Amino acid sequence: MSHSQPPLLLTVFFAATLAACDKAEPPATSPTTDELLVKIGASSPLTGPQAHIGKDNENGTRMAIAEANAKGITLSGKKVRFELISEDDQADPKTATIVAQKLVDAKVSGIIGHLNSGTSIPASRIYSDNGIPQISPSATAVTYTAQGFKTAFRVMANDGQQGKVLGEYAAKNLAAGKIAVIDDRTAYGQGLAAEFVKAALASGAQIVAHEYTNDKAVDFTAVLTSIKGKKPDLVFFGGMDPQGVPLVKQMKALRLNAKFMMGDGGYTPKLIELAGAAAEGVYASLPGVPPDQMPGGKGFSQRYEAKYQQPIQLYAPYCYDAVNVMIAAMQKADSAEPAKYLPELAKIEYDGVTAKITFDQKGDLKGGAITLYQVQQGKWQPLQTMGGSAPATVH
Amino acid sequence: MDIFLQQIINGLVQGSIYALVALGYTMVYGILGLINFAHGEVVMIGAMVALSVSLLLIGSGLPPLLVLLIALMVAAAVCMVLGYGIERLAYRPLRNAPRLAPLITAIGVSIVLQNLAMIIWGREYHAFPALLPNSSHLLAGAIINEVQIIIVLVATAMMAGLMLLVHRTRLGRAMRAVAENPSAAALMGVNPNAVISITFMMGAALAAVAGIMVSANYGIVHYYMGSILGLKAFTAAVLGGIGNLRGAMLGGLLLGLIESLGAGYIGDLTGGFFGSHYQDVFAFLVLIVVLVFRPAGLLGERVADRA
Repeated sequence: MSHSQPPLLLTVFFAATLAACDKAEPPATSPTTDELLVKIGASSPLTGPQAHIGKDNENGTRMAIAEANAKGITLSGKKVRFELISEDDQADPKTATIVAQKLVDAKVSGIIGHLNSGTSIPASRIYSDNGIPQISPSATAVTYTAQGFKTAFRVMANDGQQGKVLGEYAAKNLAAGKIAVIDDRTAYGQGLAAEFVKAALASGAQIVAHEYTNDKAVDFTAVLTSIKGKKPDLVFFGGMDPQGVPLVKQMKALRLNAKFMMGDGGYTPKLIELAGAAAEGVYASLPGVPPDQMPGGKGFSQRYEAKYQQPIQLYAPYCYDAVNVMIAAMQKADSAEPAKYLPELAKIEYDGVTAKITFDQKGDLKGGAITLYQVQQGKWQPLQTMGGSAPATVH
Repeated sequence: MDIFLQQIINGLVQGSIYALVALGYTMVYGILGLINFAHGEVVMIGAMVALSVSLLLIGSGLPPLLVLLIALMVAAAVCMVLGYGIERLAYRPLRNAPRLAPLITAIGVSIVLQNLAMIIWGREYHAFPALLPNSSHLLAGAIINEVQIIIVLVATAMMAGLMLLVHRTRLGRAMRAVAENPSAAALMGVNPNAVISITFMMGAALAAVAGIMVSANYGIVHYYMGSILGLKAFTAAVLGGIGNLRGAMLGGLLLGLIESLGAGYIGDLTGGFFGSHYQDVFAFLVLIVVLVFRPAGLLGERVADRA
């Protein structure tokens, strides 16, 4: 391009603009060759407090797309080139709807995302209105698939299941009679905390305090001091690791001697690295079986580390699976047109690296397993896997 | 009672952190009448530089306090260069422009700094090494650790030092002169550009100190840490009377106390009707009430005591 004459460049530019205006609805085909260009949209927070987890999502998605391109997949006789359009939703519900519209306008064939429940839910309406299938790797709030949208799927067990497992485990196995709950007021944190409370109450525990924070806070001394006065056996936090780390550190600093439990938002290597000694004994859950028991988990994490020179943070394998499930459905339908492959996606059966993926009528993962972990000697150790096809106990 | 005392301590520590950052806002506003919205990001850069330096030195066997001191000096130097550059590039060309223009460049600078830090230090959270002594002490049933005591002392010392500088030195007199009337000061032989540059550099050095204190307290640093902190500190500065050094301290402490007492007691006092997520609402409610009755803030007087 650099050696083209300016007038020629201009002509090309105008031609391209005109072509773009003329282009028929789905999916964008490159005009010259018989190669088929399929755009996949992805969205996660790439800036802000959760950027490290968001980038991890993007990495997992990008890896699956690179591998699919290397494989040379063909749809209706044409060689397909997948292109990732990755957007930053800042974990913010408002930004998420703007990003969603932008992806729709870019004529993507499918969406991998968003990372948070708070962003996936408002964005799902836009994707549904435009008939574009959306697979969230990590949105776990019950509401996401309960809105009746045919286009909304997820490859992870929801908070109804997760909160129940956590609440029962806290009340029964950990014998926590008095429980304090903190949530970050996001769709995820609030939803998970509500399910946790329901299950804990049903199992005979007592909720002695319910405090709130937000997803940008770093100082929790005030709520922790107030909680300390109620002498709980266990503190449950519905939120992500950027808050989980200072929370557990400040708990220890204030000598609030209670067990500390989080959902999937806390299950990261960063939590241990940053909280150091304070992380010891922390409980967290993650939908799915432990990575080394995932059908293709070992190989995946090795490839991921080789490609990105860093360990998996959290949801990268789920993003990887989400892309592959979507491509598998496209191959079944022999088309990347949303209307054609959506029915195939709904009834797909796919062996991913995280689990065998099939969806129920709502778009939830069928028989999703949930594993409970605890930090022991500076490492996440699986304690128990519930549901799914995995063995019941894995000590 | 021990819980009440603990909440007071929480509030004082949090408030001192706000005050440390607020001093930087107030210095610049006092001289220029300009809100340097990039200040929060300079705090973050200070923390990040200190992190890099201390990680570099920590294996060398130097005593932790010396490592911290070197990290502090390097961070302060980097921030001072940065502060000078920001003023030179983003504010000085607009000194006679409408007031809105430098406000916009300030926001622009903070976005640039934040993204620059994201590129250099990455998106991850980093653990800040524990260089300050942080064993905790029991005080009448409440717990306070050494880092927190140091934060309160440093904030107080910084404020006192700045007060001395502004009211007792030649430079301070020049600052007050420029604050009152730059052109008259220039006629009296004061170089306003030099004074303004020095003010920015001092504000930036303060930011480096604040960044290190915040990081030492929470033990984590992240490229995003400056924005919320900057916003809260700005609120504190306005509450106390922006442009007034004692006001920054008072506003910071007050905001810290309102937040911690608010978060600690709202739920119980209202029978769970208002939860602890209303702490910011109450903090801003107090701000509004103060501004209605004292538009210049608690200690804000026109001209009289501007830094």
